[in-house]
Amino acid sequence: MSSPLTRDEVAYVAKLARLRLSDEELTTFTSQLGQVLEHAADMSTLDLAGVVATAHPFGLVNVLRDDVIRPSLDRDVVLAMAPEADDGRFAVPSILGEAP
Amino acid sequence: MRSALAIAADVREGVLSAATTTATALGAIHARNEELNVFLHVDDEAALALAASIDDRIARGEVLGPLAGVPIAIKDNLCQTGVPTTCSSKILDGWRPPYNATVIDRLLAAGAVPVGKTNLDEFAMGSSTENSAFGPTRNPLDPTRVPGGSSGGSAAAVAADMTPLSIGSDTGGSIRQPAALCGIVGMKPTYGLVSRYGLIAFASSLDQIGPFAKTVADAALLLEVLAGHDPMDSTSLREPSPSLLSHVDDGVAGKRIGIVKELYEGADESVIEAVMGAVAVLREAGATIVELSIPELRLGLSAYYLIAPAEASSNLARFDGVRFGLRVDAPDVTAMMEATRTAGFGAEVKRRIMLGTYALSAGYFDAYYGQALKVRTLTIDAFARAYREVDVLIGATTPGVAFEFGTKTKDPMAMYLNDVFTIPTNLAGDPAVSVPFGTGEAGLPIGVQLLGPGRSEAQLFAAARVLEIADGRS
Repeated sequence: MSSPLTRDEVAYVAKLARLRLSDEELTTFTSQLGQVLEHAADMSTLDLAGVVATAHPFGLVNVLRDDVIRPSLDRDVVLAMAPEADDGRFAVPSILGEAP
Repeated sequence: MRSALAIAADVREGVLSAATTTATALGAIHARNEELNVFLHVDDEAALALAASIDDRIARGEVLGPLAGVPIAIKDNLCQTGVPTTCSSKILDGWRPPYNATVIDRLLAAGAVPVGKTNLDEFAMGSSTENSAFGPTRNPLDPTRVPGGSSGGSAAAVAADMTPLSIGSDTGGSIRQPAALCGIVGMKPTYGLVSRYGLIAFASSLDQIGPFAKTVADAALLLEVLAGHDPMDSTSLREPSPSLLSHVDDGVAGKRIGIVKELYEGADESVIEAVMGAVAVLREAGATIVELSIPELRLGLSAYYLIAPAEASSNLARFDGVRFGLRVDAPDVTAMMEATRTAGFGAEVKRRIMLGTYALSAGYFDAYYGQALKVRTLTIDAFARAYREVDVLIGATTPGVAFEFGTKTKDPMAMYLNDVFTIPTNLAGDPAVSVPFGTGEAGLPIGVQLLGPGRSEAQLFAAARVLEIADGRS
């Protein structure tokens, strides 16, 4: 049985997920993800047209609290755990590169 | 090892010091941790200092909480201020959380002594702890076998008599499955009963924190401490912690218990025998047994392995080298994120992120994720119908006893099938407990699973207690 997804699709999904896969990983994942999706085929044959989707066991509602100032995490303590911080902020490499 | 109940009673009365109980636990940990790889982090000094402060408070006449002086092991996906928290992943290398998970605060308020952080499958994804970046945990009952997972370290800590209690998290069976494989009690509570604040999220609509213990009473005691409303978790139930311990000896007389074909079919012969034996014990104890078939539960595995990865792919997007843990340098930010995630995540985590990203991507959303959410509705409705007929459901926790290392790592589907009996409960948000009952291959323990509707923890513990007594475990 052919895999329900192709190697190119797996490469594309890896890009979306910000993962770099080796050739070997691409091959393995294409086959393994295909197996899981094949197992999920038992669902695709069901007629679920009238069934409501459930994303959460008890349904989510907005929870609000009184608008009063409370202590929050100390900025310096949080930044101390960051790979790089600068002037009270998280620091990252350049975001805007040169135009391609 | 003595029960947490007995230890806390003695510490509160001042006849046993927290310093002694803590030193005993640390001794037991250091005696076997190198062999079993149960704990990723133990801080003797901090634990002994906390124990000393508990003893001081008792000496001053303070009345301490229900876990006074009880050493406890914490799964390493729970944040504890200043204590390394890794999720067994290289991507959180070196990170120390700036805050406590709510359950840690509750444990400290109850007088417990957290002694260390336990090993797990990376980001709680797995059923054997073989997916840990820091090596697998070994089953204390047979070190050639897995302890189960993902909370394998926490289960092993209790099974090896290192600590009388531990905490795990259960997204698709990650408390109940290792409890079964290690021969101890483990419960996944009703969704929302225990605050998830400070639990590093895997699949937020399925994750729930729960207790491990040697006895049903100890598990009930610990869950009472963990449960209760928390404003820091928007999904936390708005109700006080339930009374559990006072009901553990309520028995099952007059209860209706359904034995569910889909929750044991396909399991090893010895596991099916254990379930049937448990059913006979419950009938003898006064329960009415009803045979049920709930075919919708067969679809649970397929739905779960789309829903959980979908949620995980979103939750794990935060690990990008910006705010915590690992960063692999690269000239621009996108390349940095890609290099960090590629180096930091292990194979199973990548597999699930990929699966989830695919299931949520344009063109496939309806066919996979959308369909899975509808199947989730079918599962919830099917359980609800069953609970109109019976009070409790019974089945196996796992298809077999603890397996040997490496036997399922090559084939993800084979590993996933280990959770086939535990997953449906998570989809419904209902509670379930695994209690040891009988033994199988090589004399290894078997777990029987008891399931109930939301907020039925007291009833589940009472039924589990009947089995515990019949199995000769106090």
